[in-house]
Amino acid sequence: MNQPIIELKGVTKSFGPVNVLKGINFAAHAGRVTALVGDNGAGKSTLIKGLAGVQPYDGGEVLFEGKPVHLHHPREAARHGIEVVYQDLALCDNLDIVQNMFLGREEMAQGTFDEGRMEVEAAAALQSLSVKTVKSLKQKVASLSGGQRQTVAIARSVVKQAKVVILDEPTAALGVAQTEQVLNLVRRLADHGVAVIIISHNLQDVFQVADDISVLYLGTMTARVTAEGSNPDDVVGYITGTKTMEDVA
Amino acid sequence: MSTESTSPVAAEAAKKPETQSLLGEGVEHGVIDHARAYVGRVRGGEMGALPALGGLLVLFAIFGASHEAFLTPRNMANLMTQAAPLVVLGMALVFVLLLGEIDLSAGVTFGVAMAVFVKYTQPDGLSWPVGLALAMGIGFAVGATIGFFVAKIGVPSFVVTLGLFLGLQGVILIVIGAGGTYRLIPEPIKAIQNSNMPVWGGWVLLVGLMALLVAVAMWDRWRRSKSGAPNGSLSIMFLKLGAIAVIGGALVVFLSVDRGSVNQAIAGVPIVVPLVLILGLIGTFVLDRTKFGRYIYAIGGNREAARRSGVNVTAVKWSAFIVCSSLAVVAGLLYVSRVGSADASTGREIVLSGVAAAVVGGVSLFGGRGRLMHAAVGALVIATIENGLGLLGFSAGATLAVSGGVLILAATVDALARRRSGGSTNS
Repeated sequence: MNQPIIELKGVTKSFGPVNVLKGINFAAHAGRVTALVGDNGAGKSTLIKGLAGVQPYDGGEVLFEGKPVHLHHPREAARHGIEVVYQDLALCDNLDIVQNMFLGREEMAQGTFDEGRMEVEAAAALQSLSVKTVKSLKQKVASLSGGQRQTVAIARSVVKQAKVVILDEPTAALGVAQTEQVLNLVRRLADHGVAVIIISHNLQDVFQVADDISVLYLGTMTARVTAEGSNPDDVVGYITGTKTMEDVA
Repeated sequence: MSTESTSPVAAEAAKKPETQSLLGEGVEHGVIDHARAYVGRVRGGEMGALPALGGLLVLFAIFGASHEAFLTPRNMANLMTQAAPLVVLGMALVFVLLLGEIDLSAGVTFGVAMAVFVKYTQPDGLSWPVGLALAMGIGFAVGATIGFFVAKIGVPSFVVTLGLFLGLQGVILIVIGAGGTYRLIPEPIKAIQNSNMPVWGGWVLLVGLMALLVAVAMWDRWRRSKSGAPNGSLSIMFLKLGAIAVIGGALVVFLSVDRGSVNQAIAGVPIVVPLVLILGLIGTFVLDRTKFGRYIYAIGGNREAARRSGVNVTAVKWSAFIVCSSLAVVAGLLYVSRVGSADASTGREIVLSGVAAAVVGGVSLFGGRGRLMHAAVGALVIATIENGLGLLGFSAGATLAVSGGVLILAATVDALARRRSGGSTNS
């Protein structure tokens, strides 16, 4: 396989005496959806927070496009094009779709907002993901459904031209039809050449959308498989610790 | 952030029909379309200043019908000078209310600043520009102090400003001395609330304002079409601007009528009007068109989302408190200019009226919702109640009771509107 966009080699993290990550190897490739699964407390969130620069790793190596980097601040992660779409949907209800998509990186012209340009780019971003569910860009986010909000949150990463997009439980609160829409969105995001990392408890979703599956068990990576070369039963085994792969450490 | 003109990707995407239709949604194409969209927004719970404007009209009708002196040029000019300090204080508070914070000390902040200003600009004291700089400096310092405790340390703004509300009253007492009163001396400051522009000045003001509004609107349209974004219809734009011109023109005509006594003619728009207008325009510009303003709304809507989007929450909050306290000092200047003196109680009562003005106008106490204009309209409502009931010979007690009732009514209308829209109650 070609060079991964982001690769972790033996990263560790501990909180006091508790070793949460005990030397993790992990990789995500451009154009592929990598699912990160594991039971509660396995270390998924800690692994993601390290990538987002929120809680830097204690040890190990992070390679971004083959070069070692230090992700010790959210800004550093954003500079490399790593975007996290959080579970609790980091959107502002009182702002409209365009304002949310450009929050923190507004386009300016002559010292004031270039509204027209932001609208055009937002429309283009939604268009590139074939989003059909959003009617007007001027809607307040408060008036959107859960699926539409997730859509806006994901489209934000397109506007930001992210190279790595991390989705934390993107379908956790959604109904069947909306889950379908969001998973399609995730697929299209990857088809645009983005490395997508998706955290999920729902193995049905995982097998529907993911290319690669990495399983965390109590702070160690117990399995790294492709979706085609595995099945839900095996993955459940890895998650619960009844099965392990010998060739991953 | 890139500074080049529209990116090629966006320009190309903009040409696609799907993108065009998405962009076109929500852009009104005619008067009827616009009216329909507006009704939709109101039904959706975005009442804005509508209840307050309606209330203002009702009040004008009631007072106009029940007292012949209410709708006279003299009383209207009086109402404007009466409302001006509250309008500015309300606008000041909007900056912190939008964050979901509050500043209970805004009134006593201007009390301290005005006590110092009036005391030290007595005939043997400082020149008034120096005194003014000192007063503004006090506003800045108080705002910076509140901001430090709220934004940096994380003390609730209610507690910090309640503490300052008590503490600064003590400072006023120390500056003024118990029971003391200082008369306002500097003529230019007195003139703000007690003199009028020449009659032609009112027309220059109106023409200038309209020219500015038209220029901004046309410039916006030009820039939007350059990016490939559709514009709303011209008829709407001219209808809106026309309404402003007609109402403004009527006011100028009204205030150009001689409202003086036999001995002395008084006519023209009060000097305070352009001053408040300019503050309102600058404030609206900051809130609507700059990052600082957008981030205030974002923090008020979802603090954590703003932080994760790279907004420096601490700096924005801190600055907002400084803006609030500094604007409050301007409100104090208008207040003292009208009253003509400063004493130990200056600014003590007005702050809650300021908060009430903002809420009556449709600014949410929970943050994220409201505009500067809303606070101005709300302040006019409260000032009109005071003015009208005063004319009808009601006591100050009745005025307070009615103002309180209106506040609760406004909050109820807002709550009901939002419940109907099914929106969250805390956004």
